[in-house]
Amino acid sequence: MAGEAEHSEGGLAFHPLQQFEIHRLFGEGPIEWYTPTNISLWMAFAVLAIVAVFVFGSSSKSLIPTRMQSIGELAYDFVHNMVEDVAGHDGAKYFPMIMTLFLFILFANMLGLIPGSFTPTTHIAVTAILGFGVFVFVTLLGFYKHGFHFLGLFWMSDAPLILRPIIAVIEVISYFVRPVSHSIRLAGNIMAGHAVMKVFAAFAPMILISTIGIVVTPVSILAITAIYALEVLVAFIQAYVFTILTCVYLKDALHPGH
Amino acid sequence: MELVAAAAMGKFIGAGLAAIGSGAAAIGVGNVAGNFLAGALRNPSAAGSQTATLFIGLAFAEALGIFAFLVALLLMFAV
Amino acid sequence: MATTTTEHAAEGASAGMPQLDFSTFPNQIFWLLVTLVIIYIVMSRVALPRIGGVLANRKGTITSDLRAAEELKQKALEAERAYNDALVKARADAAKIVADAKIDIQKDLDKAIAKADAEIAAKTVEAGKALDEIRAGAAEAIATVAKDTAKELVAALGGSADARSITSAVTARLKG
Repeated sequence: MAGEAEHSEGGLAFHPLQQFEIHRLFGEGPIEWYTPTNISLWMAFAVLAIVAVFVFGSSSKSLIPTRMQSIGELAYDFVHNMVEDVAGHDGAKYFPMIMTLFLFILFANMLGLIPGSFTPTTHIAVTAILGFGVFVFVTLLGFYKHGFHFLGLFWMSDAPLILRPIIAVIEVISYFVRPVSHSIRLAGNIMAGHAVMKVFAAFAPMILISTIGIVVTPVSILAITAIYALEVLVAFIQAYVFTILTCVYLKDALHPGH
Repeated sequence: MELVAAAAMGKFIGAGLAAIGSGAAAIGVGNVAGNFLAGALRNPSAAGSQTATLFIGLAFAEALGIFAFLVALLLMFAV
Repeated sequence: MATTTTEHAAEGASAGMPQLDFSTFPNQIFWLLVTLVIIYIVMSRVALPRIGGVLANRKGTITSDLRAAEELKQKALEAERAYNDALVKARADAAKIVADAKIDIQKDLDKAIAKADAEIAAKTVEAGKALDEIRAGAAEAIATVAKDTAKELVAALGGSADARSITSAVTARLKG
């Protein structure tokens, strides 16, 4: 259907979703589960960046931190405080896991903002694994820690007795919607930002085609700049939101009685 | 053939209608941020401890706008 | 007709949204899991213990430095207090020494004054005695001279008188 949009503008090429295409890095052929693709390349870049900042950046272990080391310390403090504040003191055990999620999403988002790059977090498959992984982990943890008392999460003991079953149904539904919204929020936000930038980018060469481009081209270039700044913010905020929601779900699993 | 054309038109109309959801989400996000700011100006000392709640609220409000965007995308490209 | 529509839709799906191209899902999931496991191992084994250690170390250093600074401050305060005490004591000692010296000097002075007074009194008495002697001597000499003169006068006037009457007369006149 993208073809229709292309024809209607005559000359301008609208492929806002083409940047999300997955293809093989080497050679031709079908994409098997083990094939190195551009998504694995950019995941590897994220791993390298994380290792560069958090392993080589802090290798001196100096008392007065270098710049790289203080970035690592800031991130450590940021996530550690978030886990302790939201999930409670016994949530600190799961700090490495939450730190892993935060850093992967943050670095994937930020690296995806490099022009011409690929963003793994725009893919529903990736974020769904993250979101459902958190959901399954948290649910199993809740049952493991509290047995069937974990179901008390859905039974509001301070609500009127008649309303309790209705509230319980709503709570169960909202509990099962959590991983869906959790993963689609991340993928949708990042995808939307990239697609909007691509749409404005498609309008930018208008000046080559018609005289109305004198107005459209500068406006679209300015819009790309503004959206890009917003996307840098969104890249961070979505990583933050994903992490803090994970902490909230973790808190529900550790202390289901509120 | 006309049926196909009508279906395609319906798709575009539906996608456009779904995009209204983004505007609704914008109203929601604005509400959250505005009310937070009003509360924070009234009691600035308590504002710092509530930024996490602010972001969670923003995320929930925004997620529904993203759902609308997704519906539009699905209508445009997947259905 | 129906088949062309479905084919078209399938084409649109693969060309339209790469996110919904299910053939790539196993690939994405596999590489995502690999990535997450690598990051988790790097974080939990290397990076987080190290950064946590650095942060704890720094916190410890800052706390011990602050404690050392507090101790040094206490020491400085104590030293100042000791100095002030010493100053006060020295002042008191000095005042005492001054008072003692004053008392000693007063004593010496009093002694010296008393001695001098005594000497002056003795000398006055002596001088008075000497004066009395001189006065007595002088009175005697005057009596002798008066008798002699009276005798001579009587003789010169042609009279004669015995020595006893003249003496008694002169003595009477001298006393009168």
